[in-house]
Amino acid sequence: MTVIATSRAATLLWVVLPYVAITTFVVGHVWRYRRDQFTWTTRSTQLLEARWLKIGGPLFHIGLLAVIGGHVIGILIPKAWTDSLGISENTYRIFSATMGTLAGVATLAGLAILIARRLLNHRIAATTRGWDVTVMVLLGFMVLTGMWNTSIHNLIQGGYDYRETVSPWFRGLFLLDPNASLMSGAAVPLSYQLHAIGGWLLILIWPFTRLVHAWSVPFAYLRRPPIVYRSRAPLDVRRGAGGVTSSSPTESSVHVQS
Amino acid sequence: MRVMAQVGMVMNLDKCIGCHTCSVTCKNVWTNRKGAEYMWFNDVETKPGVGYPKRWEDQEQWKGGWELDRRGKLRLKSGSRLRRLASLFANPDLPELDDYYEPWTYEYSSLISSGPKKHQPVARPVSRVTGDDLDLTWGPNWEDDLAGGTKQVRLDPNLREGVENKVRAEYESVFMMYLPRICEHCLNPACVAACPSGAMYKREEDGIVLVDQEKCRGWRMCVSACPYKKVYFNWQTGKAEKCTLCYPRIEAGMPTICSETCVGRIRYLGIVLYDADRVEAAAATPDEQGLLDAQLDVFLDPNDPAVRTQARRDGIPEDWLDAAVRSPVWKLAMDWRIALPLHPEYRTMPMVWYIPPLSPVMSLVEGVGGDGNPVADPDDVFPAIDDLRIPIQYLANMLTAGDEDVVRGVLKRLAAMRAHMRRANLGEEPDPRIAAQVGMNATSIEDMYRLCAIAKYDDRYVIPPAHREVADTLTERQGGCGLDFAGGPGSCGAATDTAEGDIDLVTLAERGGGLSITQVNGNSTGGSA
Repeated sequence: MTVIATSRAATLLWVVLPYVAITTFVVGHVWRYRRDQFTWTTRSTQLLEARWLKIGGPLFHIGLLAVIGGHVIGILIPKAWTDSLGISENTYRIFSATMGTLAGVATLAGLAILIARRLLNHRIAATTRGWDVTVMVLLGFMVLTGMWNTSIHNLIQGGYDYRETVSPWFRGLFLLDPNASLMSGAAVPLSYQLHAIGGWLLILIWPFTRLVHAWSVPFAYLRRPPIVYRSRAPLDVRRGAGGVTSSSPTESSVHVQS
Repeated sequence: MRVMAQVGMVMNLDKCIGCHTCSVTCKNVWTNRKGAEYMWFNDVETKPGVGYPKRWEDQEQWKGGWELDRRGKLRLKSGSRLRRLASLFANPDLPELDDYYEPWTYEYSSLISSGPKKHQPVARPVSRVTGDDLDLTWGPNWEDDLAGGTKQVRLDPNLREGVENKVRAEYESVFMMYLPRICEHCLNPACVAACPSGAMYKREEDGIVLVDQEKCRGWRMCVSACPYKKVYFNWQTGKAEKCTLCYPRIEAGMPTICSETCVGRIRYLGIVLYDADRVEAAAATPDEQGLLDAQLDVFLDPNDPAVRTQARRDGIPEDWLDAAVRSPVWKLAMDWRIALPLHPEYRTMPMVWYIPPLSPVMSLVEGVGGDGNPVADPDDVFPAIDDLRIPIQYLANMLTAGDEDVVRGVLKRLAAMRAHMRRANLGEEPDPRIAAQVGMNATSIEDMYRLCAIAKYDDRYVIPPAHREVADTLTERQGGCGLDFAGGPGSCGAATDTAEGDIDLVTLAERGGGLSITQVNGNSTGGSA
């Protein structure tokens, strides 16, 4: 393989793929939100099977939230910052490997339960669509490669400092300073590369799958009035007024848009 | 005082014959779709019985409706908002498909595709979810006409509360009634308060509670929060659906399909005016048996000039005020006080009310008489109503949070009506004593008879059509620039959302027309609730 070919492949994988994924992610979400909110849902299967979901669902979701938190620390926060706080690479690695393993095990166990019930329970199987399978396969792949990186690499094989390569490459993408060479085969272990590619594929398909429900966490619920009223026509029109004259806050408090 | 109008329904259980025509027509119109097979926006339950879904009335199990916290404040029985958010990943109180039933069809094709055989081919039941063969062990109306036997009857939550074992046994042999159920379109809907997405809402114009199919995200908190279990989760679309009170028909001044097709003419539809400012306080009445009076107190008399003035100010059209005066719901619930809400103790202020059935009581009295002579004289019936512990106690557990005196009062009025009209039909001298005994007079009791027994179509359904013309104004306004009012936003379409995500009226006028219209449309194009 020539140097040029390698660098072309690298550009494709570590620059083009991320930007294509990010673009699709953004445009896809806008498109879907505007065109097709009817399918924007968790597509919960709890009605069809509750016993295992009550274990698998929370285990997977909470584990995943912890995993995402770990990625924020490991990828978005530059190594220089933790260094300046006096956290040594070894301390960081042990912390990240332990916490990452815990979170990963929870996620993996939850996902395994969810996949198993989807395969074994005929009712759930009947509702499974192509995208569900794609998402499950991809998520499984991500969790497995991620666990490999965190647990096997870091705890058993002595570790790999991804904060020297993967993290700056990732941040560089968003600073419009992409550097494909940081992710070259010589520098980064294969499992890290696969994990990164899998991640971009997940971002790429995200807006077209049930994963969109992640953006619908209803925090606004905590602050809205309990009973929501909506009108077929605004109050001033029903009152027969030609134009709007005034509006009192007590009346408006019953109008809520989610 | 803030006057709002609500479309309410009353069902006369004395006349329900349990034919399920309402359920079938409703199903054919609304839930004959994939994912909705198990849903019955309207179902008819035989009582006593566990109902649909199983034991829906047991709120210790399902945590539906509201309760008062230690400080006497109203809160959902399923706990705080934070607790609901914490249980988004798995709702601890959600019924499963088996609590309703697994919908099925029959493999009819086997009847015509079968080759020559020794035995006649049969159409086997197959699940409409999985397509697998199904051993039928439960279904809709499995316990129709007490078919579930004493085993099922004993599981009825209404029997657990205060009805002793020994009377229970007696009861099963003598007492049965039908309870048709739809969404209650409550004044204080627990489902709406539980919806994390704000997708469920109550319409300002007519109080109909709907699910915005575009905004629903499938968190399914509404399903468990509704104490009547009348919000369903569509397993195919992943969205909540519920009885719409056939809003496209109501808007056109037509009765709901369940009412229209009711062969027993048991259903009444009409407008009730109520004071929206007093709903919360009424729902927080400390004494459960005070909730009925509290709700009646929230209703406003459409004949009262002060109410009419305020109603006009609050945008209620003139023909709606007139309809409120002629409303059969108002007459049955407020004038004659013979209609009662279903389980007022859930504190949702339900708006589908029931006239309790007198027939089980009469059959008891007549059965005890033994010689087959119908006993229609109030001199015989009234003491019986006073003495009977059941089914009065059972009806009270269902309709008055256990207040037996209220149920007795209603049944006496119904008995007096029968006695009064019997004399009239037989050409006997009217006996003013009969009406006076129940605090009525000959005129009012005959009015009541006309509405209850004759039940003419136009008397049963007094539904003013919705005012589409005001919505039309908005369509014309679309794309226009609304700068010509005080306090308007600086540019066209600029939103001034408040911190709560509320939209003030100015914004609503600007783009809200589009908002509300498209969302109501979205509802219908969404194909369901």
